[in-house]
Amino acid sequence: MDVLTLSRVQFGATISFHYIYPPMSIGLGIMLVIMEGSWLKTGKPVYHQMARFWTKVFALTFAIGVATGIVMEFEFGTNWATYSRFVGDVFGSALAAEGIFAFFLESGFLAVLLFGWDKVGRKLHFFSTCMVCLGAHFSAVWIVVANSWMQTPAGYHLVGQGLKARAEITDFWQLVFNPSMVDRLFHTLCGAWCAGAFLVVSISAWYLLKKTHLDFARASLKVGLSVALVASLLQAVTGDRSAKGVAKNQPAKLAAFEGLYETSSNAPLTVIGWVDEKNEKTSGLRVPGMLSFLAHSDFHAPVTGLKEFKPADRPPVTPSFLFFHGMMGIGLALIGIALLGSWYLRKGALDERRWLLWLLVLSVLGPQIANQLGWFAAEVGRQPWLVYGLMRTPAGLSAVVKANAVLASLILFTFIYFLLFAVFISLLNDKIQHGPDDADLIPSGKLALPTRH
Amino acid sequence: MHLDLNSIWFLLVGILFTGYAMLDGFDLGIGALHLFTKKDEERRVMFNAIGPVWDGNEVWLVTGGGALFAAFPNVYATAFSGFYLALFLLLASLIFRAVAIEFRSKRPQGWWRQMWDVSFAAGSVMSSLLIGVALGNIAWGVPVDADGEFAGTFAGLLKPYPLLVGVTTVALFMMHGAIYGVMKTEGELHDKLRVWAVRCIIFFVICAVTLTMATLLFVPHLAPRVRENPWLFSVALANMLAIANIPREFQHRRDGRAFLSSCAAILTLMVLFALNTFPNLIYSLPHPENSLTIYNAASSPKTLRVMLVIACIGIPAVLAYTASIYWIFRGKVKLDKMSY
Repeated sequence: MDVLTLSRVQFGATISFHYIYPPMSIGLGIMLVIMEGSWLKTGKPVYHQMARFWTKVFALTFAIGVATGIVMEFEFGTNWATYSRFVGDVFGSALAAEGIFAFFLESGFLAVLLFGWDKVGRKLHFFSTCMVCLGAHFSAVWIVVANSWMQTPAGYHLVGQGLKARAEITDFWQLVFNPSMVDRLFHTLCGAWCAGAFLVVSISAWYLLKKTHLDFARASLKVGLSVALVASLLQAVTGDRSAKGVAKNQPAKLAAFEGLYETSSNAPLTVIGWVDEKNEKTSGLRVPGMLSFLAHSDFHAPVTGLKEFKPADRPPVTPSFLFFHGMMGIGLALIGIALLGSWYLRKGALDERRWLLWLLVLSVLGPQIANQLGWFAAEVGRQPWLVYGLMRTPAGLSAVVKANAVLASLILFTFIYFLLFAVFISLLNDKIQHGPDDADLIPSGKLALPTRH
Repeated sequence: MHLDLNSIWFLLVGILFTGYAMLDGFDLGIGALHLFTKKDEERRVMFNAIGPVWDGNEVWLVTGGGALFAAFPNVYATAFSGFYLALFLLLASLIFRAVAIEFRSKRPQGWWRQMWDVSFAAGSVMSSLLIGVALGNIAWGVPVDADGEFAGTFAGLLKPYPLLVGVTTVALFMMHGAIYGVMKTEGELHDKLRVWAVRCIIFFVICAVTLTMATLLFVPHLAPRVRENPWLFSVALANMLAIANIPREFQHRRDGRAFLSSCAAILTLMVLFALNTFPNLIYSLPHPENSLTIYNAASSPKTLRVMLVIACIGIPAVLAYTASIYWIFRGKVKLDKMSY
């Protein structure tokens, strides 16, 4: 294989693996804030027990997120040096801002969140939990800023010629609030909230199935399902807004998502189907006019098809189509699951519906797969561009890195990441089997003191 | 000396990497010393001595990398693609170091703990060594072509001088970590660490003296610079005094001051390194005209200005909460149920 393929595989593999963890940390961060906040407000011991148990799960996901995140920070330079020279001005700034605003905040207060339970008072501990959660969100903000700039570059001008050409900032705020950034940020965050919420839902449902830790499980399930419901519904809204943005800013990408070759008014939305790339045709169950409506809020508005673009400027259609539809399907299913779960939980009739509990147990995979597919769709749909309209993917490679070296690092990191994943699953399983600690029903140390009013 | 934006960014990137060396330096040092104690409880104390802070300490490196990318993208690109395999080895080492801290305590079995203990120690030693080798190569100079791309090989990075800098870095971090460990522990482990710290100080002083001689004798472009700027001697002198002060304070059991002296030694070493490099960031050997400097490798003035504003907002906040975290977790390590 050539350097280009190997470097793309390596970047895809390392970012995919990394992307399992930060969304869980962001989502669990919200859950921890809600749980600990509820404890401070109501004083109910079960909330304290919940905060303690889910903090342990959070610590595990966070640790692997941090460990695999450093790779991302350096991989632009190692494999995509030409890209790094081209965008350092813009992209580097966002990464540096992430370090200074997000990582320090997160990692500093994480110490208090994990080890400070008995050392600091309730309010300071809760404040630290909030700061860790905020830091995790800031991190998402800056990384989405950077990635969105690659999708819809703004606030820059090109300086220099040929190999010396590069993008330089003209307006920092335009760069930050580039056309796709806000919608993509909220879309990404909803995905992260779902990842955290459905993890809590899944483990709690498992306890209900096994008829153990019942009070803990019900209380956790309530918080988990509430967040899951809100996040999955919001996800549909932000997804819709994102798609409208793609229609406007990256028409070739939208056409690839939907396998739309001919520019057409009354363009159909494919519910389920397949792309015949050879004959440039997409077949399946299609709702006429729906794509026009979703993209431009008008059933008769024309939607640009792939034929408007030279074959060299089109993204790979089949993968884009499949990733996008996979993500959408799972997203909609998650709304259904969250609705069903919430409905029966409200009625107090969840325990006897074992099929639903099983569904909830499995639901944890939904946001994980959808997050991955969504990310693939966003990145594959951007092809053949590395920076949309400015730099093609092969042009961004490191000039001096040889295929052998990339192969070596790819093998090394595949091995390491499989090892980490196996250990992660096995330790998570340990924590689930061990369950919440009953000793945690009684707060100790400084936390035992009542809050002053 | 007149201070332009590019020089300010040279300084800021330097501060981030110096902060990393001073803070994560002791974490890596604790890691390097970790296997010298065999008792599980003592190993746990070692882990928990750095438990609440190592993660934040590592962020200095990540942010330093980000700042280098933003301020000097050409250096970020040339160095990271040029040192490709070395960098991936460093990343692997840092990963094993990091996950070992989190994973070890989760299972009681002996083989499990031993596995992560070895991973922690090996990751720490390798990280220190590779960081040192990278610095050594920058100081010695690396081949750079006319396009500003690295023109050497992986094996070419393993010359004796950079390796010596690597070993010195391991020694420096071990000394730094041992003194930190002495501050954070009590009882039997404390006494052991005290003995190790003395050995580490001796090890480091031997390395430092050898390195100084090697630098004066074999690094050709550094000597004229010192001759032209005699004031550089004052930094070297400050460095020597800081190093000499470490055993003195340590002997009088003023461990806090010994640790501060060790920090001062790291600081002055980094200042010496920076002054010898300035205004180059990657010195090109054998073609000095291809060197990447703070001018030809920098981002646009606009970016440097924007980033300076970001740094001015961010850095005070970072210092404030870093200080509070160290304050909250001050004092000797006590194992409890949240500990690793």
